[in-house]
Amino acid sequence: MTRRLILIAYIVFLLLPIYWLVNMSFKTNTEITTTMSIVPIAPTLKNYAEIFTNPTWYGGFRFSLTYVVLNTLISIGVALPAAYAFSRYHFLGDKHLFFWLLTNRMAPPAVFALPFFNLYSAVGLFNTSWAVALAHCIFNVPLAVWILEGFMSGVPREIDETAYIDGYSFPRFFIRIFLPLIASGVGVAAFFCFMFSWVELLFARTLTNNQSISSIMTRTVSAAGIDWGLLSAAGVLTLVPGVLVIWFVRNYIAKGFALGRV
Amino acid sequence: MEKPVSNRAWLLVLPVVAIVAFNAIIPLMTVVNYSVQDTFGNNQFFWNGVGWYKELLDPSTDLGGRFFAALGRNVAFSLIILAIEVPLGILVALCMPKQGPAVAATLVVLALPLLVPWNVVGTIWQIFARSDIGLLGWTLNHLGIDYNYTAGFFSAWFTIIVMDVWHWTSLIALLCYAGLKSIPEAFYQAARIDGASRMSVFRWIELPKLNRVLLIGVLLRFMDSFMIYTEPFVVTGGGPGNSTTMVSIDLVKIALGQFDLGKAAAMSIVYNLIILATCWVFYTVMTSSDSSRKEGAP
Repeated sequence: MTRRLILIAYIVFLLLPIYWLVNMSFKTNTEITTTMSIVPIAPTLKNYAEIFTNPTWYGGFRFSLTYVVLNTLISIGVALPAAYAFSRYHFLGDKHLFFWLLTNRMAPPAVFALPFFNLYSAVGLFNTSWAVALAHCIFNVPLAVWILEGFMSGVPREIDETAYIDGYSFPRFFIRIFLPLIASGVGVAAFFCFMFSWVELLFARTLTNNQSISSIMTRTVSAAGIDWGLLSAAGVLTLVPGVLVIWFVRNYIAKGFALGRV
Repeated sequence: MEKPVSNRAWLLVLPVVAIVAFNAIIPLMTVVNYSVQDTFGNNQFFWNGVGWYKELLDPSTDLGGRFFAALGRNVAFSLIILAIEVPLGILVALCMPKQGPAVAATLVVLALPLLVPWNVVGTIWQIFARSDIGLLGWTLNHLGIDYNYTAGFFSAWFTIIVMDVWHWTSLIALLCYAGLKSIPEAFYQAARIDGASRMSVFRWIELPKLNRVLLIGVLLRFMDSFMIYTEPFVVTGGGPGNSTTMVSIDLVKIALGQFDLGKAAAMSIVYNLIILATCWVFYTVMTSSDSSRKEGAP
């Protein structure tokens, strides 16, 4: 009984701030600044209408989703063979390489913001979704390798050897036999790449000219004050992709956070 | 079974090395380059040797004082949130339902804060904690507590700490939940037969199993809180004064705000080295616990 109470208390603590955001998003700015109410007194959809009709706003969502999807595809694509190599073979410098990858997951984005601006301007990708997608690889590729390596190490090596004896070539074995075995791992890794690319702000802001949704949200701050209602509505909408992807991987989330190493 | 040695495996890791090197090594070299030069604008650079580093590591100078103050605040912040999030996360994990439809629902709700874009986390708490329009701020003020995160030192710290607890405790809870689920039911039965108390079940059965996931959790939480930027930036902007200015916030201020490239670059290198060293300690502990597990130790 105590256990259930603690859990409920914690969930209330989690949901209360989100509820407040949703509450604000249905209010007009006059109502927000003049009255204090738990539910909107005169509910309005004006804030949402503004986002869905203004090309800057929905364009921002589209731009952000584009680089997130691109980043997820690139990260998983390059991480799969690498994770296989780490989980199956010893090779010269493997431990050092793995550590080096790990350090890039931990590197502070603030350190890289300015040099990334220079680098991506120099190669002509500034202000494109490719720039952000590639920049996010610095933390997502190591993470994907880490997660996939954990899941792959859980597959017994006898399976590989049997397949080779049966005459499978490496690419055919990898795609036809191995990938289906670690499908949940791929899903979890994709989920994490999606998540970390979606929540990141600093690179997305530095590498584009106010195109990503997170930088467009800063526009609600003007000389006249902050447009709280619009800001809240945009905030609520940024929660939607997250909720959708969580639902798909809900059974694997816990194992994924443990990087496949439970 | 030992892994076979094959240097051809390098071919498989080549794409990863290429893409990460492009993103890590070239920019890092730019930073090193800036850190030994001074500029007076117009793209004119002058050799400055280790001048910036000397200034940075000497707390009596302006830059050094600023750096050490930010570093101190950041370490304090990391330690405080770890001290709250780790025990709370374990507690929540222990309270989670083990089966039934409630499991999926709880998991989704717990994972929710993790999927909120970091600037939106800031926005949520900004709106929730403001003393005029926020539920939390309004309630606290009506209870007679003087709370205003844009003006008070303690209010600002309270806000960013509660915000981080809100944001990331779920990570620890989910990790521990995964660890707890891997404990066979037979362990608990044996404990019941021995008449073990709840406390000793936790100490001798559950905690050892959580060791590994907690290590990953503490690593991720320490690193991410040590490079925290967006959330406090949105909520307090580093203020009031400099009281919530973390290392990353200060770094961005120097680099993109004042465009002091040399100072910012030297700071970046030192900051990165600190992270590298911490990472190495964790990695060594983690891999040694890995190999001891493979050898069949408990």
